[in-house]
Amino acid sequence: MRLTPWLIVLPIALVTLIPVAVVVSSLADIDQEIWQHLWQFVLPELLVNTVWLVLGVGLGVTLLGVSLAWLTAACDYPGRRFFSWALLLPLALPAYVTAFVWLGLFDFTGALPTWLRENWNLTAIPEVRSRGGVILVMSLALYPYVFLTARAAFQGQGRRLLEASQALGLTRAQAFWQVALPMARPGIAAGLLLAIMETLADFGTVSVFNYNTFTTAIYKAWFSLFSLPAAAQLASILIFFVFVLALLEYQLRANRSYAASTRAATAPTRIVLDGWRGWLAAGWSLKVFVLAFILPMIQIALWSGDVFAADFDARYWEFAWHSLLLSGLGALLVGALALALGYAQRLPPGGGLRFTALHFTTRLATLGYAVPGAVLAVGIFIPIAWLDNLFIDHFGAASQILGGTLAVMLLAYAARFLAVSYGPVDSGLARISRGVDEAAQSLGVVGTQRLWRVHLPMLRVSLLTAAALTFVDIMKELPITLMTRPFGWDTLAVRVFEMTSEGEWERAALPALAIVVVGLLPVWLLTKGQDHAIAC
Amino acid sequence: MKNCLARLLLIGVLSVPAISSAEVVVYSARNEQLIKPLFDAYTQETGVAVKFVTDKEGPLMARLKAEGKNTPADLFMTVDAGNLWQAANKGLLQSVKSKTLQANIPDHLRDPDNEWFGLSVRARTLVYNKNTVKPGELSTYEDLANVKWKNRLCLRTSKKVYNQSLVAMMIWEHGEGKTEDILKGWVANLATAPLPDDTKAMEAVAAGQCDVTVVNTYYYGRLMEKKPNLALGIFWPNQGLKNKAAGVHVNVSGAGVTKHAKNPQGAIKLLEWLASAKAQNLYADVNLEYPVNPQVQPDKTVTAWGGFKHNLINVAEAGKLQAKATMLMDRVGYK
Repeated sequence: MRLTPWLIVLPIALVTLIPVAVVVSSLADIDQEIWQHLWQFVLPELLVNTVWLVLGVGLGVTLLGVSLAWLTAACDYPGRRFFSWALLLPLALPAYVTAFVWLGLFDFTGALPTWLRENWNLTAIPEVRSRGGVILVMSLALYPYVFLTARAAFQGQGRRLLEASQALGLTRAQAFWQVALPMARPGIAAGLLLAIMETLADFGTVSVFNYNTFTTAIYKAWFSLFSLPAAAQLASILIFFVFVLALLEYQLRANRSYAASTRAATAPTRIVLDGWRGWLAAGWSLKVFVLAFILPMIQIALWSGDVFAADFDARYWEFAWHSLLLSGLGALLVGALALALGYAQRLPPGGGLRFTALHFTTRLATLGYAVPGAVLAVGIFIPIAWLDNLFIDHFGAASQILGGTLAVMLLAYAARFLAVSYGPVDSGLARISRGVDEAAQSLGVVGTQRLWRVHLPMLRVSLLTAAALTFVDIMKELPITLMTRPFGWDTLAVRVFEMTSEGEWERAALPALAIVVVGLLPVWLLTKGQDHAIAC
Repeated sequence: MKNCLARLLLIGVLSVPAISSAEVVVYSARNEQLIKPLFDAYTQETGVAVKFVTDKEGPLMARLKAEGKNTPADLFMTVDAGNLWQAANKGLLQSVKSKTLQANIPDHLRDPDNEWFGLSVRARTLVYNKNTVKPGELSTYEDLANVKWKNRLCLRTSKKVYNQSLVAMMIWEHGEGKTEDILKGWVANLATAPLPDDTKAMEAVAAGQCDVTVVNTYYYGRLMEKKPNLALGIFWPNQGLKNKAAGVHVNVSGAGVTKHAKNPQGAIKLLEWLASAKAQNLYADVNLEYPVNPQVQPDKTVTAWGGFKHNLINVAEAGKLQAKATMLMDRVGYK
């Protein structure tokens, strides 16, 4: 049977489309009083806030991510090897934990302003609980998405590209701005889109800063005005907005080829930054690393030290194992689904309109990442509960068969995190030219063989990136884990929730620290994989 | 390998055996560390196993609703009355007849229709800076709107249910118009933007960023335990009043039996035990809250703060008016 792309795309898309459809179906039931209130008193402020946040964080993560990716991927300077993996570490820290630590350090009552007041009588310190503060903290927490995908893109280009452009008379700077950067656009855009989706869906970080956004309004409608439909309606608007954004991103690179030389990975000739340039690069890398990782980690370690004796017990091994199991299996599953989705795009498209429809569906499949977690969790839970009720009422099941199983949890993560895996895989595939496919075909390597023997080896870094991102995201994930986990089956993230929900942030530091430690594993694997890709 | 994976995927099913009738299943918005010690004690004493899962109230209610009559949950537990009222209002709970519960829990701390019961009291009171405020200057929540507190007030965000309940009660006591004026006064007096939690608000008071704030007492207890040298004092507002607004605003952490409980009798027994003299200290003391059972003395740290008069309006009213309170806070720009 000929494999049509739809056979792959449709079942995968349904995993996300069903919960998203449950959320969007709320549009049928509009509560006028609540909407009038939201329209008049809530939406004007939060729309402005959300736009600023998205623009600010978008700019912030691009600046940080692209500059650091370029430095570590294409240049050589003191500490480069260290920074090329260390700069990924902030990924393992839940953003709201970073936010809380920042508040603890830099707010009026924080360590630094208190010290300045008491010792130097200094009071004119910029307010950290401000728009600038949120943007800064979120940029520091989310830049690794862009860093990772941009780095993979720069590495995939290979040195030949730069050498060729310099041979054609471009200066180094011109080569970067006119060749390397535009060629890396799919990668940068993929990471940027992820960061923006995460920003839009974030509730934890903005809550710590009490900065009202679309998401805080969603939770307000649900938890304070007790209207889950109104919350879902707000979420639908968000979904629509992100969908448009995703299509725009695609439009940006439509009809252009980003395929790189397939013999890219020759021995790297890095641009050596010596003297002050090298130290400048090292200083910039160090500054970001300290602000985004070291500083919060010191605070978390100190807090953990305070509560370790009282709170650490044998159950922690179980929590860590559960987190590892979920994240590991989740990363494998979601990575595989993303690969299948991406690969389906390369199958014979069968005409313009059908291709567009296929791409449209693929984009829909990645929308789960932009929905605030708790809302998506309900969207997932409702159909599962419906099926369970069906089994109990009509097929004699004694109790829930699906609810509270690992299989459902993993599917739920797929609905949420497909975008995280799809981004890197898709941009990786974009770098493999169709010529490669044709060459393989002429050699008789077709179908799955082509996937295994030609594409997979070329996609190594992209796949590792996808899996690592998904792994740490599942480690940190809360609402879906809370709602779908079996009784008495807790993870490290659930521990963080138990502590923070009564404001015991210091005690939450211990499980947060454990999340970072376990999250180091994929970062380490990824780095090894990336280095390998350069070396061979 | 395949076998192993299949087993892993079914882990949930295997670890959730068919629910035996003796077991009680709880959906709880009260943290694990606050409820597990109690459930363990109950199991030890009675041999009845208690199975529970924690989450926020909103998702737990969505869960109960989606599961409908097949829900495994027997008991729904929250940390505020508003959400219990909502659950009852959405038809997720059932009325329970129990003389023990009625005797052990004062009227104003349980549902008039007996669909839910308070199990511990959370008092929301004033905390002030001892260096800059004399207790005599303080009087009521309402007085914090007075211009003499200009730039001296800190508040937690209006998104927290504790503040929504407080404002809901004020609407019940004063009507919407007067409450709006009071809230406008509060907002005008703020020294800094609303803070993310009670502890941060008290730290701001201690650091001199402002002079007074409104918090739940157990946060005060926790903070003072950790930093005993902070110059913070606790004040019981609205004590001298004779009208509806008399007394400290209280909320409850509590529970109700679910409408479709498989083991309602077991759930009622657990509730009765939780409200009993022997369990009440365990329930309240672990978080420095007040027992609901009037025969039980609070923890000695808590007792040391002195006694106070409760506001005696039924906490259910806070649930009824919570959405209205939230909208009112939005209108006056209390973020």
